[in-house]
Amino acid sequence: MSSVIDRAGLNALVETLAARGYRVVGPTVRDDAIVLAELSSGADLPDGWGVDVAPGSYRLHRRTDAAVFAHSTGQQSWKEFLHPPRRPIWSSDGSTYRLADDEPPRYAFLGVRACDLASIAVLGRVLGGGAQPDGSFQRRRQGLFVIAVGCTEPGGLCFCASLGTGPAPGPGYDLSLTERVDDAGATYVVTVGTDEGAQVLADLEHREATPAEVDEADAAVAAAAEHMGRELPDTDLRTLFRDGRESPIWDEVANRCLTCGNCTMVCPTCFCTTTEDQTDLAGGTAERSQRWASCYEIDFSYLHGGSVRVSGANRYRQWISHKLGTWQDQFGSSGCVGCGRCIAWCPVGIDITVEAGKLAEEARDVHD
Amino acid sequence: MYTTEELARFPLLADLTESQLERVGSLGHTVTFATGHRIIEEGRPADRCWLIRSGRVALQTPLPNNAASTVQTLGPGDVLGWSWLLAPYRWRFDGVATEPVEAIEIDAVQLREFATHDCRLGYPLAMRLLEALADRLHGTRARLIDMYGSPRAS
Amino acid sequence: MLADPMLPVPYSVARRHVETADSATLLLEPVAEALPAFEPGQFTMLCVPGVGEVAISISGANGTGTLTQTVRDVGAVSRALHDAEPGATLGVRGPYGVGWGVASAIGRDVVVVAGGVGLAPLRPVVLALLADRASFGRMVLIVGARNPEEFLFREQLLGWTQHSDLEVELTVDVPAPEWVGPVGFVTEPLARLDIDPTRTTAFLCGPEPMMRFSADVLLRKGVAAEHIRVSLERNMKCGVGLCGHCQLGPLLVCRDGPVVTYDVAAPLLAIRGL
Repeated sequence: MSSVIDRAGLNALVETLAARGYRVVGPTVRDDAIVLAELSSGADLPDGWGVDVAPGSYRLHRRTDAAVFAHSTGQQSWKEFLHPPRRPIWSSDGSTYRLADDEPPRYAFLGVRACDLASIAVLGRVLGGGAQPDGSFQRRRQGLFVIAVGCTEPGGLCFCASLGTGPAPGPGYDLSLTERVDDAGATYVVTVGTDEGAQVLADLEHREATPAEVDEADAAVAAAAEHMGRELPDTDLRTLFRDGRESPIWDEVANRCLTCGNCTMVCPTCFCTTTEDQTDLAGGTAERSQRWASCYEIDFSYLHGGSVRVSGANRYRQWISHKLGTWQDQFGSSGCVGCGRCIAWCPVGIDITVEAGKLAEEARDVHD
Repeated sequence: MYTTEELARFPLLADLTESQLERVGSLGHTVTFATGHRIIEEGRPADRCWLIRSGRVALQTPLPNNAASTVQTLGPGDVLGWSWLLAPYRWRFDGVATEPVEAIEIDAVQLREFATHDCRLGYPLAMRLLEALADRLHGTRARLIDMYGSPRAS
Repeated sequence: MLADPMLPVPYSVARRHVETADSATLLLEPVAEALPAFEPGQFTMLCVPGVGEVAISISGANGTGTLTQTVRDVGAVSRALHDAEPGATLGVRGPYGVGWGVASAIGRDVVVVAGGVGLAPLRPVVLALLADRASFGRMVLIVGARNPEEFLFREQLLGWTQHSDLEVELTVDVPAPEWVGPVGFVTEPLARLDIDPTRTTAFLCGPEPMMRFSADVLLRKGVAAEHIRVSLERNMKCGVGLCGHCQLGPLLVCRDGPVVTYDVAAPLLAIRGL
């Protein structure tokens, strides 16, 4: 059974989550972009803002309506909070080791798109699904409250439909919203995913959704699948990339790729990290911290004497082949959720869907 | 003594027919060398070759200061000596037994005669010899890479 | 609080044995808590606080909670580990990774081929084989080094050459004045071996070309790639499949290796810059 809340209900939602002890994080406008940040109130949400995205380009624009969630994914993703860019691991006096204090806030994520919800699940399999899970990630994810939003207006770089990760949010949310905007303003059809979600909803002024409202919301989300700006080739990507390791396309991409690593920073599932040690000036205490790393760094694959992946072609191939192919071998699912961030934030506009498409076309030519 | 069956187990002769093995076998006899014996010497006529049954032979070249110069050692199953097949038919290295060696010594002048006039014998023999040389060249090149060397040195 | 796989356990250096000009073997004893027992072929992450942490092979037998690890000085962290004197405290995490699977060779002939410091992770294999000698068929150990000074565990190797249960061939790349043993790459004594390919399991460790060349010799002899195991090396930061550094195609070498069968390794090692 679904319910309906209005725009004021979103403000109440932020309030009740804060009252329940959550740090509420959601989209807000800052520095000409929609960023994910702690919301002090529902008023921080980006009412009436939309975005135009294209390869290498992201611009905010004013919408003609008051939609809050009609903007596609921004530069940040939720991994920023679940798998922070930097975190201390331990400190040592030289003979004993003490785990860094790490009692993360209980986060409530407001406005998690289907692709990003899927990315949290992907990260969960990588960082939390193995024999030795990442304690920091586990702690952050454990207390998480998720309010998903169904996508009704995909961006020009979206391709979640190709991966089955959207536009309708999959499992993993406490509440899910579908936004509907008309002259009277925005309303939200709310679907409850968990008991806690139901309790939070009970705090809000809401009414039961009519069957027509539910159907309309479902239809709007389903229709979004037909309006994806991008798509991946309809083929077995794991096999495609395994068999395409020696394709000439890698050298061609390398002519454009700056190996800057932007795609890995904005990707909601890129999880690679490295560690750094620091000592105090007296040398008595050492601290180890972890920070995001990128497979585009030349020394990422360093072995005594030199790096394995020296050329840009080697490093681009590693990134895309891992994301779409070998991730499946390693973690049982694709590493890509179709959010399109890597395309928008590539300074030269390299498009993962186009490159995958070229490889698929080349494979077809070989087999024809 | 030795049987054609034993001869066929040497890679050099592995592709020969029974009757070819008998012909080659008729050119040979077993020999033993004590440790330190110089079996072949650089520059001398290459008129024999040996199929090593046991022991070890070091290939060396004389240095004026008598320093170690072993470039390679050969062991059981290996053929010692191939310069008999190529002009000017002179040894290019010394071959010294570094352990007691037992081998089948073959008259290589006769063997070259056979091989030259009967390509059905000569071709498989030459190909097997080429294979042995290719493997030795590969091993030598692998050592040239100095792959166990310290990466710090580079 | 959940246990954190990134937190080292302190071990102290009980003994340090200089192996070669740039390698030393450390005997490590737990300061308090000991790590779980290891399988031959597994590794640990060894750490010098303030300097860093690297993956190091376990090179001795499972003891009473102690760890024997052989370190080659090839960088800042390995130098600090290599130079650690008795009494020093190091941080240890592990043991990690998939080992050699010695038990899979029970009832079979075993050929062990090691090149350079590649002998370190193979020594536990030889010790395990000798400890259960009756369970295995023929046992061959071929060890290559640059020169006679660069064999790890030299005294033990020389002892093994006297062992009737084990056929040992020590071969050097470069001749040396006092060396009367074999001179040649490990592929040469390997090629001379008269083995039954259907009942042979091979364990190879050393530089990648050395493993490829040795595997090629074994394949030519008819040994199936599934019965040839190699130990791979890639950059590792975490050792537990979380940091992404050690990828080799579909493998996370720390988690799916370091030991893999050659049917898995061969197509990956054939791709440049993978």
